[in-house]
Amino acid sequence: MWIDLAITMVKIIFIVTITVGFFAPVLTWVERKQSAIMQDRIGANRADILGFTALGLFHILSDAIKMFTKEDFIPQGANRALHTMAPIIALTPAILTFAVIPFGGQYTLWGKDVNLVISDLDVGLLFVFAIASLATYGYVVAGWSSNNNWSLLGAMRTASQMISYEVTMGLTIIGVLMVYSSMQLTQIGAAQENFWRWGIFLQPLGFFMFFAASIAENKRIPFDAPEAESELVAGYFTEYSGLKFGMFFMAEFIEMVTIGAIVTILFFGAWHIPFLTTATLLSMFDFLGDSGANLVVMLIHIGVFFGKVTISIFVQMVIRWTLPRFRYDQIMKLGWKILLPLSLANVVVTGIVILALE
Amino acid sequence: MELLIFYPLALVSVGLALGVVLNKNPIGSAVCLIGMMLGLAAVFVLLQAHFLAILQILIYAGAIMVLFMFVIMLLNLRDDDKIWKVRERNIWLSSLTGAMMVGVLYKIIDIIAGAEFNAPAKVPDEFGTVEMVGTALFTDFVLPFEVASILLLAAMVGSVVLAKSKVD
Repeated sequence: MWIDLAITMVKIIFIVTITVGFFAPVLTWVERKQSAIMQDRIGANRADILGFTALGLFHILSDAIKMFTKEDFIPQGANRALHTMAPIIALTPAILTFAVIPFGGQYTLWGKDVNLVISDLDVGLLFVFAIASLATYGYVVAGWSSNNNWSLLGAMRTASQMISYEVTMGLTIIGVLMVYSSMQLTQIGAAQENFWRWGIFLQPLGFFMFFAASIAENKRIPFDAPEAESELVAGYFTEYSGLKFGMFFMAEFIEMVTIGAIVTILFFGAWHIPFLTTATLLSMFDFLGDSGANLVVMLIHIGVFFGKVTISIFVQMVIRWTLPRFRYDQIMKLGWKILLPLSLANVVVTGIVILALE
Repeated sequence: MELLIFYPLALVSVGLALGVVLNKNPIGSAVCLIGMMLGLAAVFVLLQAHFLAILQILIYAGAIMVLFMFVIMLLNLRDDDKIWKVRERNIWLSSLTGAMMVGVLYKIIDIIAGAEFNAPAKVPDEFGTVEMVGTALFTDFVLPFEVASILLLAAMVGSVVLAKSKVD
């Protein structure tokens, strides 16, 4: 029992460290550097320690120091309790979703079965969506409690955008559920050991719609109408400063990792390497003994999984720095008039194909 | 162990439910309502019904969001009366509703008090899973399920028709 508890603790510490401690801060640097390269600028290179800039990596440090030391400002007439609570409501779901995301398969290490997921819920996929939809309250409450019209407009846009794109997202997922006949994320991952059974081949349309909808849910360009700097100052977080602003900022980057992880599990074979089954991989490291081979394969799979997540995040960033912002009515039109009918058609076609193949 | 989790959870849920009723600010009420729904979902998890717990969050999270929008758009436009006032003529209606609820509660308490607690019912392994809920919906309860679907569709079409006549 103590060993199980210890294994779970290690998994929790690992996933929190890698998302909150590694991905989120490093992504702020990557985004600056990548935008600089794409726009032909030199980019983040000012923060230095004794003249040494480390390619601008020290900006992460100075960001953190800035956020911790800035004044925490609450505007006059704002609802103090809700204004303080809003960033917490926004950030918590982003971290919580990692409770059900598997970052590897199942391995036997010295007689102990290790399942690389913190909680293997049989409704894992639904859990992710239920929890992720709670984050909306953080943004809406933030906009409402700030007592600022820009914030309120941002909050209203957030709410309508979330409601519109959640419908598409839910319907695309139904296609994935029908193909793999499971809602358990570990099972969906395990079902994609064969390269040609990857979600991208079975649900190609589903992938594009899911990706578009999830970027819209994360409110990044081209779907960043809720915070549109040129129209609404900064949208729902106009009145936030210091670490509370930092929490909104972190939530966005952690959500990018979540989207990357979900896309990887549903459409890109989770932790599997193309054309290399776990059994072949195990036999390659046979000389290390049973547990040794398992350990090596486990580490390889974790590396492969986070490699795929990184690629997915990179694609999200390229999209962000390539496209201009959509107008509000264009976002609504895309959501309700294009993506929704397409996702409904996707469900019907998937059903017909599954019936025909049986 | 289970009771150790249940009692704080129940306490928080009841506290938040009171918060919904007693809060002077409609948005505060809505936030309390979400909190209470999460508490109820946690109780469902304690009862091994994970699917129901997740549905509780999914459905109510979306529904209360709409409530939020109503409050912001309809109630918050006038700045001078931010605090909800109880209107005089509503007191009688409220009292009547309250009295009827007490009747319902009395019946529920009566049933619980009459039940025997010494032998808890055994929970089947499959209880509350996706398969079980799906099978129950499409076999034993298929008629209510379809009727509810048609009702929802009618409501949807109705709202579109109502909105359209105003837009045109």
